[in-house]
Amino acid sequence: MSDKILIAGNWAIGEAAIRAGCRFYAGYPITPQNELTEYMAENMRRAEGGTFIQAESEIAAVNMVLGASAAGARAMTSSSSPGISLKQEGISALAADELPAVIVNMMRGGPGLGNILPSQGDYFQATRGGGHGDYRTIVLAPASVQELADLTMDAFDLADKYRNPVMILGDGMTGQMMEPVVFGKPRPRRYNEKYVLKGAGEGKSKFIRALILDALRMEEHNWKLVRKYRVVEQNEVRFETYKTGNARLIIIAYGIAARIAKGAINRLRDSGMKVGLIRPITLWPFPAQIIRDTAERIDRFLVFEMSTGQMIDDVKLALEGKGHVSFYGRPGGVVPTPAELAKAIVQEYRR
Amino acid sequence: MKKVFSRPRSLKSTPFHYCAGCGHSIIHRVICEVIDELGIRGNTIGVPPAGCAVVAYNYFDVDMLEAPHGRGCAVATGIKRTLPDRVVFSYQGDGDLAAIGTAETFHAANRGENITVLFINNAVYGMTGGQMAPTTLLGQTSTTSPPGRNAILDGHPIRMSEILANLEGTAYIERVAVNSAQNILRAKKAVKKAFQYQIDGAGFNMIEVLSQCPTNWKMNTVDACRWVDEVMSKTFPIGVIKDTGKGRKDAD
Ligand SMILES: Cc1ncc(C[n+]2csc(CCOP(=O)(O)OP(=O)(O)O)c2C)c(N)n1
Ligand code: SF4
Repeated sequence: MSDKILIAGNWAIGEAAIRAGCRFYAGYPITPQNELTEYMAENMRRAEGGTFIQAESEIAAVNMVLGASAAGARAMTSSSSPGISLKQEGISALAADELPAVIVNMMRGGPGLGNILPSQGDYFQATRGGGHGDYRTIVLAPASVQELADLTMDAFDLADKYRNPVMILGDGMTGQMMEPVVFGKPRPRRYNEKYVLKGAGEGKSKFIRALILDALRMEEHNWKLVRKYRVVEQNEVRFETYKTGNARLIIIAYGIAARIAKGAINRLRDSGMKVGLIRPITLWPFPAQIIRDTAERIDRFLVFEMSTGQMIDDVKLALEGKGHVSFYGRPGGVVPTPAELAKAIVQEYRR
Repeated sequence: MKKVFSRPRSLKSTPFHYCAGCGHSIIHRVICEVIDELGIRGNTIGVPPAGCAVVAYNYFDVDMLEAPHGRGCAVATGIKRTLPDRVVFSYQGDGDLAAIGTAETFHAANRGENITVLFINNAVYGMTGGQMAPTTLLGQTSTTSPPGRNAILDGHPIRMSEILANLEGTAYIERVAVNSAQNILRAKKAVKKAFQYQIDGAGFNMIEVLSQCPTNWKMNTVDACRWVDEVMSKTFPIGVIKDTGKGRKDAD
C-alpha cells in the first residue's frame, strides 16, 4: 500500500507539523487558513504532550508561542494577512530573543481587510522582517501541497538550527486545494537544551530578553544577528529552475504564481517559444545568485506576481542593472489563468 | 549569633535601580522570600513586563522570559502549558496588565490558566514618565491628565481584580499593599497563598499590589505611603476579592 494520501494544503501543514514534533499550536480564526487551526484542534491534543489553544487574538497566539518556544516546545502559529500584521510584535521578539518558531501566512487580498481570496501582497512584509527592528525571518514559499508538507517539516529544523522564526508563505489557493501527498520522515530534533528555560534547578538561573538599553551592546547584538543571517544566506537558498536551458525569456514567480507560470510556459513551448522559469523557494534568503548567473546567458526576465510588484525589487537587485525586467501582476485576489499569463508573456517575447 | 535578616536565596545581590521608596523593590523581596520558603526556586519561571520592572531578571534569581508590553499572561500561558509542573508567574504593571494587555489578562483568567499574576498597581505609567494609567484615580494629575483625571473625558479607574473575580476561571484574587510593615506581612501571606494555589492546580490567581511610586506621585516616601492608605485604597480597597478555596486549606 502506498503512503500517498489526498489532503488539502492547510491540513497537510498541520499533519506535517505534528509529525515533525510540533507540540504547541495557538491560533485565531481567519479565512483562508481556518482548516489548519481546526486540524490542530482535532489532532494536537491527541499527540502526546500536545497543546492546542484557540487564542483571543493573533497577538496573544504569537506570544503564547514565544513562551512555549522558550520552554522548549516546537511551536507554531498560523494566520492570514491581517492577522500576520498583528503577529509582527511577537515575530520581532522571537527574532530578538533568538527563539525558534514556525509562522504560517496563507496570504489573502489586501491592504486592510481586503478579501479572502488568494494573493501575494505580503512579500515585502515577510521578507523585510515585517515587524520593527533590524532582523530577518526565513521565508519558505511552497507551490504544491506536497511542498507545503515537506517545507513545514523543514521549517521546524531551520527554526531550531538558526534559532530564528521561520515563515511559511502560502496563499488561499495552496491552503485549500487538495493534492496527493507522501509525508516524509521527520528528522530527530537537534536543539541545544541550554537555550531552554525550565527552571534553574540547583544551578544558575537564566533569562531571555530583548531589551538591551546600552547602545553598544544593542549594536553588538544587531551585528551578531547579521552574522547569523549571512550564514543563512550562504547555506539555505533554495530555488527551482524549469526549462531554462535554451530559454530566451525567463519568468520569475513563486508559490501558486509559479504553478500558473508553468502552465503558461508549457503552452508556449508547444508553439515553439523558448520560455523558462526560475522559482524562488526561499524568498529570504533570496536566490539572487542563480538569477545573476542566468543573466550571463539570457537578458530578458518577466516577473509575475499576484500583487502590484514586490519581489521584482529583489530581482532587480539581483540583476545589478543587467538584463531587461518586465512585470505582470494581478493583485487583489485575482488568479489569472495560464492562458492569460501566456498572452502577456507572448507580448513580451515578441517585443 | 542568630541571623534574623538576610537576602533571600532567590534574590540576586545586584542593587535595585528603583527609585527610593518604590514599591517594586519591596514586592520583589516579598516574592523571593516566598519562593525560598516554598522551596521552588529551581522550579519557577518568571515573566517580567515592559515597565519599571523590565529588568526584574537582574534581581530574581529564577529563570525568566521577558514579555512584550502587556503580553505577560499569554507568554506565561505558553510556558505553563509546555511545562505544567513548573511554577510560572507573570509580573505586570497597571498599564501593562490593564490597558495594552487587558485582552491577554482577561482571557488567561477566563481559561483558568494555572499561573500566578503579580499585578503592580501604582496608578501611573512609571517607566514612561508618569502618564495616566487605567488605574489613575479620578482627579489624580498625571502628565497626560494635567488637570486631574476627568471621568467624562478620561474614563474611570479600572478595578481589574473585581472584574476578573467575575470569571469562572479565577481561583483566588487578593488586593494588598506594601506601605507599612503590617501590610507587607499581609502581602507576603497572600503571595504565598497564590503560589500555593498554583502548586495545588487551583487555576488562575492574582495578587494586586498597591505600590508606591513617589517619583511620579511627586511625593516623598512617607507621604506616598500615607496616600496609599488615605486615598488610593478608597478606590482600591485591600482585602480578599475572591477565594474559591480550591487550593490547600492551610495555604493561608
Ligand atoms: C508596544 C509598546 N508600547 C509602549 C511601550 C512603552 N512602555 C513601556 S513600559 C510602559 C508602561 C509602564 O507602566 P506600567 O505598566 O504601569 O508599569 P510601571 O512602569 O508603572 O511599573 C509603556 C507604555 C512599549 N514598551 N511597548
Ligand atoms: S518611577 Fe515609580 S514605579 Fe518606577 S522605579 Fe520610580 S518609583 Fe518605582
